[in-house]
Amino acid sequence: MSEKGMFGGKGSGDTSGFGGLVNSATVIASTQRPYGGYFDQVADDLERAYPLFSDAIEKVVVDRGELTLFIKAARLVDVAKILRDQLRFEMCVGVNGIHFPEETSRELHAVYSLLSITRNQRIRLEVCVSEKEPHIPSVVDVWAGANWHERETYDMFGIVFDNHPGLTRILMPDDWSGFPQRKDYPLGGIEIEYKGATVPAPSQRRSYK
Amino acid sequence: MTTFTDPYASSQETTEGRVYSVTGGDWDSLVTEIGATKEERVVLNMGPQHPSTHGVLRLILELEGETVTETRCGIGYLHTGIEKNTEFRNWTQGVTFVTRMDYLSPIFNETAYCLGVEKLLGITNDVPERATVIRVMMMEFNRISSHMVALGTGALELGALSPMIFAFREREKVLDVFELLSGLRMNMAYIRPGGVAQDLPEGALKKIRETVKDLRHNFKDNQKLLVGNSIWLKRTQGVGYLDLAGCTTLGITGPVLRSTGLAWDLRKAQPYCGYENYEFDIPTTDTCDVYGRFLIRMQELEQSLRIIEQCVTKLEKLENQPVMVADKKIAWPSQLSVGADGMGNSLNHIREIMGESMEALIHHFKLVTEGFRVPAGQVYTAIESPRGELGVNLVSDGGTRPYRVHFRDPSFNNLQSTAAMCEGGQMADVIAAVASIDPVMGGVDR
Repeated sequence: MSEKGMFGGKGSGDTSGFGGLVNSATVIASTQRPYGGYFDQVADDLERAYPLFSDAIEKVVVDRGELTLFIKAARLVDVAKILRDQLRFEMCVGVNGIHFPEETSRELHAVYSLLSITRNQRIRLEVCVSEKEPHIPSVVDVWAGANWHERETYDMFGIVFDNHPGLTRILMPDDWSGFPQRKDYPLGGIEIEYKGATVPAPSQRRSYK
Repeated sequence: MTTFTDPYASSQETTEGRVYSVTGGDWDSLVTEIGATKEERVVLNMGPQHPSTHGVLRLILELEGETVTETRCGIGYLHTGIEKNTEFRNWTQGVTFVTRMDYLSPIFNETAYCLGVEKLLGITNDVPERATVIRVMMMEFNRISSHMVALGTGALELGALSPMIFAFREREKVLDVFELLSGLRMNMAYIRPGGVAQDLPEGALKKIRETVKDLRHNFKDNQKLLVGNSIWLKRTQGVGYLDLAGCTTLGITGPVLRSTGLAWDLRKAQPYCGYENYEFDIPTTDTCDVYGRFLIRMQELEQSLRIIEQCVTKLEKLENQPVMVADKKIAWPSQLSVGADGMGNSLNHIREIMGESMEALIHHFKLVTEGFRVPAGQVYTAIESPRGELGVNLVSDGGTRPYRVHFRDPSFNNLQSTAAMCEGGQMADVIAAVASIDPVMGGVDR
C-alpha cells in the first residue's frame, strides 16, 4: 500500500507509531545520460582515461545535484589513481560507511567524497561489499588523508581495507567487539523514570515509519 | 641499586631490550638503574590528560634526546556516539545532537546539518532570506569566538598568558550576543531545518553594532602583544612546516591550507548561504608554518566583522520578514521566545494552540512527536568552519529519522598532519604545531 502525504499514513491512516522501529533502505536507480552540469565532462574524461571504465563502473547516480559513481571493489585503486592524476581530484575529503542490511550481498557501502581544487568540482565514489566478505582495497597509497577515515569506517562498520598501513580501531577501545554503526548493533540506553512514569530508552520508543 | 620497589618506576625485559616505565616520582632510582646505557630513546605518552593538548588528545612521542623521531595520535577518548544517536531521533532533534560535536563551533555544525536536511527535502531555495542572513551572522560571530580560543589557548600553551586573558574577554562578548539571540551561550540548537529557531529579539541589532565596534577596538590588544613579538616569532616561525603537497594529500583544509598560499575557502569557492553576496577577503600567507596560521586567524577576525556589518545592514532591510520556511509540514511549529530564564515556548504560541486553533495544535503535536518525512537519498554538504571543511553526509530512507548521519570533521582530518609537522623537530615545537592545527576533540571523536 502506498504511503500518503507528509505524515505517511497507510491504510486507515493510523500513525500512532506502535509498529516498532522500522528501517527500510531505498535503492536509488541508475541515472541515464545526460547527467547535467559538469558530470558529463567528468564521466567523459574518466572513460577516455580509463579503458576498463565500463567494467569498473556498476552504476552512475545523479541525485540532488550530486554525482555518485558506484565502483567495483577490485577496481577502486585504479580508478582512484586516474581520478587523482588525470582528472585532478587531489583530495579525498572523507570516507563514510553506510549499512543497508536489506541489500543482500551488498550490505556495506563505503562512500568516498572527492574534491578537485583545480576544477572546483566534487564527486563521490561508492563501493558495495557483503557483510561476509567485507574487503575493499585501501586508497591510502593514493590519498594519504584517507588513513584515519578508513580506520573509522573499519571501527564503526567492520569494513576491512586491504593493504591499509595500520588498520586498527580509532574511536572505540582496542578490545571492543562489534561494529557500533551497523544497524543490528543496539543503541543501548536505559529507561528513565520521572514522577512515577517511565520513558523508554530511545531505541525502544515508537517509530513513525 | 635501591632495594625497595619504586611504585612509579619499573622495568621489564622485551624483545627490544630492557624497557623502563616512568610515570613520575623518583627519577633518581631510574637514573641509577639505567646507568651507562647508551641509548636515549624515550617513548613519551603525552595526554590524554595534559593541559597543552587541547582536551583529551593523546600524543605518543618517540624522542631521541629533545628531538621527536616519531609521533602518533591516540584519539577516541571523547567518543560519544552522536552519529548513532541521531538515527533514533527525528530530523529536527538531530540539531541538538550535532551542535555538541565540535563544541567551539556549534553554529557551524548546526548549519552544515540543516543545509543537508534542506537539500534532501529540496527546499534549499525556500529558506527565507532573513533566516539565511541570520545564519551567516551567527556563523561569523562563531568564527570569531572559535578563533579566540585557538589564539588564546595557543598562546597560553607557548607560555604567553596575557593573550589568553584578552582572547577570552572578546569571546565573552560574542557569547553574550549568542545568549541575547538564542538564549544560550553554547550548543544553541538555534539553526533548524527550514530556518532558525526564533527571530531576533528587540534591540538585537543595536547590541550587535556595539559589539562589533568593541571587538574591532579590542582585537588590537592581542595584535600588539603577539604580532612581531620576538619570543613569539622564535617559537612559531618555521615550526610545524607543512606545504601544499602535504596538505592536499592529507586532505587538510582551513587556515593550515591557506598558510601555504592557496586561497581555498568554501565561502568563495563553493558559496552557500548567499556568501557570494558579501564582500570579504581570504587572508593567506606562504610561510607554511605556525606563525602564518596565527596571522591568518588574526586577519580572519577582521573579515568576519566585515561580514557581520553587512549582515546587520541586510537585516535592517529585512525587518518583519519570516525566519522559517512557509511550509507548515516542515516548519517547526513551536514558536520560541527568550525569557528571563532562557529560551522557552512563546506564551502567544501556547495560547494559540491551546485556546484558539485545533489545526495548530494538531500540527504542533504531529511535528513535535513524529517529525517530518524526508525523501530517500544521500547528500553531502560542506561549509567552511573555522578549522576547515566541515562536511555532512546524510542518508535518508524516506522516514522521519535520519538513516545515517556522518560528520567529516576538519579537526579529525587535520590531526593526521601531526606526524608530518612534528617529526624531526623539537619536543617543545609539538605543542606549537598541534595548537596551530586547532583540533577540537569533541569534533574529532564525535
